[in-house]
Amino acid sequence: MATASETPSKMGGQYFGEVLKDTFAKLNPVQMIRNPVMFVVEIGTLVTLIFTIGAVGKPNFVYELLVTIILFFTLLFATFAESYAEARGRAQADFLRRTRSSTRAKKLKEDGSWEWLPAEKLEKGSRVLVEENDVIPSDGEVMEGVGSVDESAITGESAPVIKAKGDSVTGGTRLLSDHLIVEITTSPGETFLDRMIALVEGASRQKTPNEIALSALLGVLTLIFVLVVVTLVPQASYFGKHATDITTMVALLVCLIPTTIGALLSAIGIAGMNRVAQVDVVAKSGRAVEAAGDIDTIILDKTGTITIGNRMATEFMPIHGVTVDEVAEASLLASLADTTPEGRSVVELAQDVLKITQLPEAEGEPVPFSAHTRMSGIDLQDGRQIRKGAVSAIVEITAPETKDELTTLAEAVAGEGGTPLAVEVDGRALGVIRLKDIVKEGLKERFDDFRKMGIRTIMATGDNHITAAVIAQEAGVDDFIAELKPEDKIEVIKKEQSEGKLVAMTGDGTNDAPALAQADVGLAMNTGTMAAKEAGNMIDLESNPTKLLDVVMVGKQLLITRGALTTFSIANDVAKYFAIIPAMFAAVPALSVLGKLNIMGLKTPHGAILSALIFNALIIPALIPFAIRGVKYRAESADKMLARNIFNWGVLGVIIPFAGIWAIDRVLGLFGLA
Amino acid sequence: MSLQTVAVWVVVIGVFLVTVKPLGTYIAKVFSYEPTFLDRPMRPIENGIYRLFGIDPSKSMTAKQYATALILTNFAWIIISYVLLRLQGHLPWNPEHMTAVNPQLAFNTATSFGTNTNWQAYGGESALSYFSQFGNLSFLQFVTPAIGGTMLIAFIRALSGKKMGNFFVDLVLMCTRLLLPLAIVFTVLLVWQGVPETLAPYLHVHTITGQSQVVARGPIASWESIEHLGTNGGGFTNANSGNPLENPTPLTNIFESIMMGLVEVAFFYSLGVMTGKKKLAWTLIGVAGIFYFAMGAMIYFPMHAGSPVVNALGLHGHVYRVGTELRMGTGGDTIFGMSTMGFTTGSVVTAHDSALPITGLSFMIGMFLNLVFGGFGVGLLNMLMLVIIAVFLMGLMVGRTPEFLGKKIEAREVSLASIAFLLHPFLILVGTALSVALPVGLKGVYNPGPHGFSEILYGVLSGAANNGSAFAGLGAALPYYEVLIGIIMVIARFASVIAMFYLAESLLKKKAVPETSGTMRTEGLLFGGVLTGAVVVLNALTFFPVVALGPLAEHYLLMAHHLF
Repeated sequence: MATASETPSKMGGQYFGEVLKDTFAKLNPVQMIRNPVMFVVEIGTLVTLIFTIGAVGKPNFVYELLVTIILFFTLLFATFAESYAEARGRAQADFLRRTRSSTRAKKLKEDGSWEWLPAEKLEKGSRVLVEENDVIPSDGEVMEGVGSVDESAITGESAPVIKAKGDSVTGGTRLLSDHLIVEITTSPGETFLDRMIALVEGASRQKTPNEIALSALLGVLTLIFVLVVVTLVPQASYFGKHATDITTMVALLVCLIPTTIGALLSAIGIAGMNRVAQVDVVAKSGRAVEAAGDIDTIILDKTGTITIGNRMATEFMPIHGVTVDEVAEASLLASLADTTPEGRSVVELAQDVLKITQLPEAEGEPVPFSAHTRMSGIDLQDGRQIRKGAVSAIVEITAPETKDELTTLAEAVAGEGGTPLAVEVDGRALGVIRLKDIVKEGLKERFDDFRKMGIRTIMATGDNHITAAVIAQEAGVDDFIAELKPEDKIEVIKKEQSEGKLVAMTGDGTNDAPALAQADVGLAMNTGTMAAKEAGNMIDLESNPTKLLDVVMVGKQLLITRGALTTFSIANDVAKYFAIIPAMFAAVPALSVLGKLNIMGLKTPHGAILSALIFNALIIPALIPFAIRGVKYRAESADKMLARNIFNWGVLGVIIPFAGIWAIDRVLGLFGLA
Repeated sequence: MSLQTVAVWVVVIGVFLVTVKPLGTYIAKVFSYEPTFLDRPMRPIENGIYRLFGIDPSKSMTAKQYATALILTNFAWIIISYVLLRLQGHLPWNPEHMTAVNPQLAFNTATSFGTNTNWQAYGGESALSYFSQFGNLSFLQFVTPAIGGTMLIAFIRALSGKKMGNFFVDLVLMCTRLLLPLAIVFTVLLVWQGVPETLAPYLHVHTITGQSQVVARGPIASWESIEHLGTNGGGFTNANSGNPLENPTPLTNIFESIMMGLVEVAFFYSLGVMTGKKKLAWTLIGVAGIFYFAMGAMIYFPMHAGSPVVNALGLHGHVYRVGTELRMGTGGDTIFGMSTMGFTTGSVVTAHDSALPITGLSFMIGMFLNLVFGGFGVGLLNMLMLVIIAVFLMGLMVGRTPEFLGKKIEAREVSLASIAFLLHPFLILVGTALSVALPVGLKGVYNPGPHGFSEILYGVLSGAANNGSAFAGLGAALPYYEVLIGIIMVIARFASVIAMFYLAESLLKKKAVPETSGTMRTEGLLFGGVLTGAVVVLNALTFFPVVALGPLAEHYLLMAHHLF
């Protein structure tokens, strides 16, 4: 089954028609007014249209008509960018919507019997019966029963998940076996699926704080340029009554106002949300994604996030007079019946050490682990009793003369952050198995990246200080909290926040909920409890805590993209002045000397103005890919990033239009238009 | 470039470099209420003033209170000054029997001196009594720059997370600890160089050509020192520092150039001391310095090369120009020009109307930017406004909500800063457009073509930048210009400050964010470059059309030997 993240790339013909329709629908001034920059362009287009109609049959008709057409296309490019970004979101949403289907629920009545009820009518608190192959009608918590659930519809993970009492289930997923009684925990229309659909469609998209700030700045810039152009009319009239014509003034205005960023701003925001959805994270608001870009500190659980879930055996360490193979063999036999991941890792290591592929046949009685004895093992038929377990427990039952050596070995292991397990046969100590946390691959590099970006990573663990320190060093986190109690996490977050820092964390348990709510970005795992999911402001459908790092990247990229395109948009104006100012006054005797400013050598005044206008329009579709994908981003210090982006978007932003306008002028020349 | 030219420049720049640290630190100490050497003589006077006006010096004000106190006080002065000008004929110290100043000129003069602009639609020696000059306008020359200083100090306090302080206390300290002591020192220096300081009537002398001439004099030395120290710029006489009695020697020319920038440059360093960000201070000094030198180059080189039309006649050297000051030489005129326009003082040593177009453009750039160290206090305030806009624009490109001094720059701050930024071009562009569109405005233009356009632009610009220098060649005494420029001066002076005060308060309320390697550093070479670029581009985009119509068109026409 396809996942949500795969669909956008498949967005094909079926959406094209919609995009086209939307592109035109968005020209509606009522909608357009929300984007002041493009609204000014729209008014300008109307003005030039009127002048074009008035110029029918006059020599300047072609020029007026061309300006109007180019302006119209400028508008279309802007609405297209937004429609395209929205359609990509809709492609995702439609896919999700199909999986939701028109589910009917078996609502349980007081007397234990049930009745059919459409899923969307289910109130919070009502209980439903879910049987084999039923679709779970809405988000809720399992009250009774155990069953395996196929969550691939929303997570893309095809392996079924076991759900038992207390677990949360998501609407739209399918029960594969047994039956469950589920209490519905969300009101109709507020399920995760609903939220995700609304979010990717852009329906619930509100402007984020940064977007509001940027819009304000763009508004003022637009106002300044309106001012410049409007006052230029009387100013120029000082040099001659008809020194300016309205169509050219409109062209100048449209070239100057930041149309590039104005046209792409909302597309950038929508695409940002979609990029979050593509990594299978449901953000409850755009604000949360943007906040992710500002994060100063990330608190990560050790187990499951930084290390793979369980400890692994990495070494057999014999005491004096015993060989490694002896320890390995004893450990192997003692662990044959041990199905825990730790036990399996001991078996695998022993097979490696002993170079055997087959498991030995061992007849005997397995002795399971108990909290009381703190050891497990096997009583073989040949009478040998093999035990492995906590060092302090094994020491009790072995010969006293090996006690010191065993303890020394164990301390050495613990001192390096490992967990020692002792092994003995018939009261004779053999040695120690080193169990170790394994840091997930690639994390160290990621933490390095974060350090470069000024983000501090803190590892939280219940382990003792030494173990925590070793893992922290191995993983390359900046700091760690050892012997952590659940309530400690919220204290750490509050402390960081009191220093003005923004904190992100992941969590899944109910006792994580307060901390998730306190954190500025709380990423809850989809496998987690309902309380955790309610408390966080994002949910990772794949339940992979390292996802937090992706979300931070998306948040940063969102801001960079906005800043880069704004800078580019403003930098572009320099060249446009050099094209238009000499051209517009070419016919005014006192000002024709300004032709000296025509450093691009544009051929005719009208050609120059059209070239600048065409460049201004074409740059919008040219930058759509950057708006949708986000500008290239790599982990580096703010200084380096600033220097690179200033060059790419600021310096090149000044230079590129000179070349572009010149080239367009040459092309227009081929058609006799310049 | 003569040795004399280089020497003059080295001395002026050298004095700025030597004084910036001690004077900046001193200012920071005074306004952090730390003890300084002037406590002993000045404290009793200050306490007396506080008692007299019922000021509680320990009470800090909110942004709104501070702004209200500042504006009301200033408006009261403007009104009193207006009334005193109207009553001139009945007031003492009037040996030349000057009569009442007419209403629109009195309005223009009161607003002009009341806003630290010091635009003069009158000739001092022919319209004003000693009382009006020494009593009325000189008082304003002390307190209006002091007000500019308080605006800055309150803003810096908010930036560094401290309370905004008490307006009245800051105002008094600006005068007693900074302007008054410096004015006394420089008055003595000017008198030493022969500048008159007297209340005696004008001299009637017989010249060697056998004619008789009236030589205007008066308390000129004290006027000159506060005129320049407070970046006021209104001359005692119409010829301003071109008059040998106001600026008699190359040394006084140097003194006056130094006085204009002394405190302005030091304020930048005070920002560093008070916020604990000295590197930021040096960065901003560097940025303003680049513009300062660029302006100097744009003044010096055309002036040095001379007019192509005159050169074509085979005449070289600047003696062949009308309206050009000859005693100080090109070098002396350049340093005075870049200072008076950079620091927006507005006093002139040479007629700006006679300058070549590119030199004239340089003068205008000082006023367009308004942050080349800029007017007393307000120059740095303008610089900080652009810093906030630049930080927001560029800061996004590092992938974080932009921060300045640990405070996040969000919608409110950006809106306030950009509204403050918008105001300056608004006044200039609308004022110019009105003047060229209205017949009454065109009446004041004495020259045709781009030069006439420049004259109007310059007049409006001078009011909007609170500079006060005149390009001349514009009928500034027309009631239309007196009123228009009067209104522009008042709006320019106060409107953007209100926006900046609200910005300061909003920043003050925010929790500081710690700096990490992911934070954009708002100091150092990279940021300095970014800020310079942002200032250039934003201003170029706003003013390019008017510059093209005025100085640029004139320049190209001059190159084609076309004169106006």
